[in-house]
Amino acid sequence: MTNLYVARNPRVAARSLDGEMMIMSGRDSTLFTLNKTATLLWQAADGATPLDQIIEQRICTEYEVDAGEALRDAESLARDLASHGILQISEEPIVRGESK
Amino acid sequence: MSGLLHQMTEKAQAMNIPLGVQLDLTYRCNERCVHCYLDHENHGEMTTAEIKHLLDEMADAGVFILSLSGGEIFLRKDFFEILEYARIERQFCVKLKTNAIMIRESEAARLREIGVESIQISIYSHRAEVHDGITLVAGSLKRSLDAARFLKSQGLRVIFANVLMAQNLEDYQGVRALAAEMGVESTLDPTITPMMDGDRSVLRLGVNQATLRQFFRDEASIGNVDEPCAIVSPADESTLSALPCSAGHTSCYVSPYGDVFPCVQFPLATGNVRKQRFLDIWQHSDRMNEVRSIRLKDLPTCSSCTHVGSCTRCPGLAFMEGNMRGPSSEDCAKSFARTGIPSANMLAKQRSVVNLVQIQIPQTASAARPSRALA
Repeated sequence: MTNLYVARNPRVAARSLDGEMMIMSGRDSTLFTLNKTATLLWQAADGATPLDQIIEQRICTEYEVDAGEALRDAESLARDLASHGILQISEEPIVRGESK
Repeated sequence: MSGLLHQMTEKAQAMNIPLGVQLDLTYRCNERCVHCYLDHENHGEMTTAEIKHLLDEMADAGVFILSLSGGEIFLRKDFFEILEYARIERQFCVKLKTNAIMIRESEAARLREIGVESIQISIYSHRAEVHDGITLVAGSLKRSLDAARFLKSQGLRVIFANVLMAQNLEDYQGVRALAAEMGVESTLDPTITPMMDGDRSVLRLGVNQATLRQFFRDEASIGNVDEPCAIVSPADESTLSALPCSAGHTSCYVSPYGDVFPCVQFPLATGNVRKQRFLDIWQHSDRMNEVRSIRLKDLPTCSSCTHVGSCTRCPGLAFMEGNMRGPSSEDCAKSFARTGIPSANMLAKQRSVVNLVQIQIPQTASAARPSRALA
């Protein structure tokens, strides 16, 4: 499987509320919420860490899940979020200025 | 409010998180709107560093929706620096309120680049002589509309905000039509806010009861008139346990000087961010907690009013009338205009101004005896 890199889109508005992210798309102001697992993925999406490492280090340590299954779910989620302009995905590391 | 935002607001309320804050960056303005409640002076605005520090504190406190307003926000030379910090560094969802007359192509492009949720522009008429007569700045309508076009061409969301006054009451449909033609949204508010120093003389600029009544029955203005004009059933316990509004519950207001209030229209100072942490004021201010404790059933006059479940009563306007638990006369007038039924406050005032029946005691010997009528 090709490694996938994910990065938060700096153009979105985002805030954590009780462990869940509220995210407003910079493209069309649509509001999304991420559940606690998806929030972990979002927070770790620095563009430099491959998705499989994020799953291994952030998801599998928190939840009892099969790593392969979790990675497939995460890829699907990442592509869905990318289609809304919330995440950027690439097969190469994504280099840009990091925001808080 | 979208269903998701409503859910988030309910969660924020349960967790005592200030989800939305209006931050006025300045009270200075390049227009002199006749109905404005501000004094337009600079009494010591927060510096760029102070505002960035406040934005850090607000982000950490959970504030998500940040409305930057004034005064005219573009008069601050550091406006874009503040906006960029709020958006890119602290990821607020930012809404702007402006007269837009300083926005040209380059500013519109920069706003698009930074990303804002919406830009609300004050437009009082589609006719220059009326709009400029309210802003007291010649050419202001043209400049504001030019700006709206620049912003639209960047794909930004623009909202025209209009205030219904005697001076422009013939024009609100014209503003609405203009907004539709330009592909922007529009809002209309019949509320005039008293001056910050308590001076209520600006209220004379508002529309009279007959006009309000006509307004609430105009489908072109408010859509379906049946709902707002419906006579509501008596309030039940659940209605009476409801909050008066979001002020102090999920939202608050910060002035250019760092004073924190429950709302821009509720001038009850609860603390100052130059002296205390924002979150400490939000969580621990006695005044904020007093506002937060009030439910509709705690309002001595309004809780028994026919309109209690449907009234737009503003606690801030009530506070400016002298009692945050009292009625807001402007909202009583709106409820009366919508339904034709006087509010409990209006009825009480009528009772209190009824002249006493004058009893004429004849100038006879009987005058020496107590009148039976007076006994």
